[in-house]
Amino acid sequence: MLCDICAKNQATVHLTEIVDDQMTELHLCEECARQKSIQMEQQFGLSDLLAGLAEFEKPALQKEAVLLKCSNCDLTYTDFKKIGRLGCSECYSTFRKYLGPLLKRIHGSSLHLGKSPLKVTKALKKKIDLSSLRYELQKAIEREAFEEAAKIRDQIRELEKKQAQDNIEAKE
Amino acid sequence: MKINDLLNQTSEWLKSTGPNSDIVMSSRIRLARNLDKMPFPNWADKKQKEEVLGLIEGAVNKVDFLKGTSIFRLAELDSIDKQFLIERHLMSYEHAQKADHKAVIIDQEEIISIMINEEDHIRIQVMHSGLDLFEVWSIINRIDDCLAKELPFAFLADWGYLTACPTNTGTGMRGSVMLHLPALVMTRQINRVLAAIAKLSFTTRGLYGEGTQASGNFFQVSNQVSLGHSEDEILEGINGLIRQIIEQENQARDALRSQNMALLEDRISRSFALIKSAHIISSQETLDLLSMVRLGSDLGMIKDIDRRVINELFIITQPAHLQKIENKKLSAQERDVKRAELIRNRLYK
Repeated sequence: MLCDICAKNQATVHLTEIVDDQMTELHLCEECARQKSIQMEQQFGLSDLLAGLAEFEKPALQKEAVLLKCSNCDLTYTDFKKIGRLGCSECYSTFRKYLGPLLKRIHGSSLHLGKSPLKVTKALKKKIDLSSLRYELQKAIEREAFEEAAKIRDQIRELEKKQAQDNIEAKE
Repeated sequence: MKINDLLNQTSEWLKSTGPNSDIVMSSRIRLARNLDKMPFPNWADKKQKEEVLGLIEGAVNKVDFLKGTSIFRLAELDSIDKQFLIERHLMSYEHAQKADHKAVIIDQEEIISIMINEEDHIRIQVMHSGLDLFEVWSIINRIDDCLAKELPFAFLADWGYLTACPTNTGTGMRGSVMLHLPALVMTRQINRVLAAIAKLSFTTRGLYGEGTQASGNFFQVSNQVSLGHSEDEILEGINGLIRQIIEQENQARDALRSQNMALLEDRISRSFALIKSAHIISSQETLDLLSMVRLGSDLGMIKDIDRRVINELFIITQPAHLQKIENKKLSAQERDVKRAELIRNRLYK
């Protein structure tokens, strides 16, 4: 018996599908069966599960969410429910209110405890710079090298000012 | 490096050099990363995808640690080449579909692979032989840090790395360990073990990842949760679980030996005899028989055959490998003949 899909190879996998009470039998070769099973996995896979998880108990919240659209990539909440994937990193902020509970249901937590990209640790680097400058200042004063100490003091003030600005920006 | 060069070498993860490499075939970690604000591949248009691809290629070229890697644009590979990379576990089946604006980066030893524009902009994967998750982590962590210096990764302090699918949000990390568990299958204890794994919120899959059935008694165990725990905690969790499974498999092997030695020897010797003398063999039968041969080698019943040769046979007997070796398209029937020939050559060598 030849494969029902490619009609080239010998059928070795026999599949019974029931769609709307209609039973159909498919005879497939190894390769087409593999393709078919991946298709089925994709069709009935994760996105359905996610969409189910994203359902709300309160219909009012659901209505509110449906109106949302990401201003960066135009993905709507309805799109997300359909495909089970977000459109861009900004979607996380757009749909924050609804994603929080979803993340909690998937992972049992909605707080990241893992590593951060190095960009974030630049703040840490500034802190390290600041503390090493303070150490140098103390040393300069001990040595009574006041001119040098004044220069270091100015550097520290500059850095502190920058850090305060960064903090305000970060809060915004 | 060209794709064909891979044909003449053994992937690092098949070399059987890592810790516990009798029961543990390989350890793998993948990290999902995305560029800030750029639409994820499934939602991006062609221009955006091409831009992302260019940005990431440029960044990879700047990283010293990744010198010596080769980049392959999927649109330039034929279907056998793509299948070949999937069989070697260097990229996913999903990545090979709709190949436009996608690439895969591979290092010479086949330890590192980076998929560009799969479900996420970047999927970094590092793989080693045996149970070696922490060494794998140190490599992949370094690659991630190097790339983070060149690229603005999408990240929120409270939710971590942002991914196309919320199941990967947080660390974006999946650690997987591939186990060979023939004795747990033979003693019918495997379902109990798999149920316990699922209860602890880990998943089990087959030799070829998502959606594939366990065959050749191979089981891939990975974490399901990626948010709420640090990378180390997640890896500790997998490592501890794997140690217990190894213990169980060893106990099952001992039980088989002490209670049913004749049956065990019979199955192993028959499998070895059959696979050495077959002239037509399917890939499924190959996996099943090789699994028994591998067990025989672990238990010292089959001597003179390196486990590395057996490991390699699991991969090079797959359809795309056979066609690359023969350098032409082969029908399923032709492959069954070539497969048997290749196995005989390797086992008699």
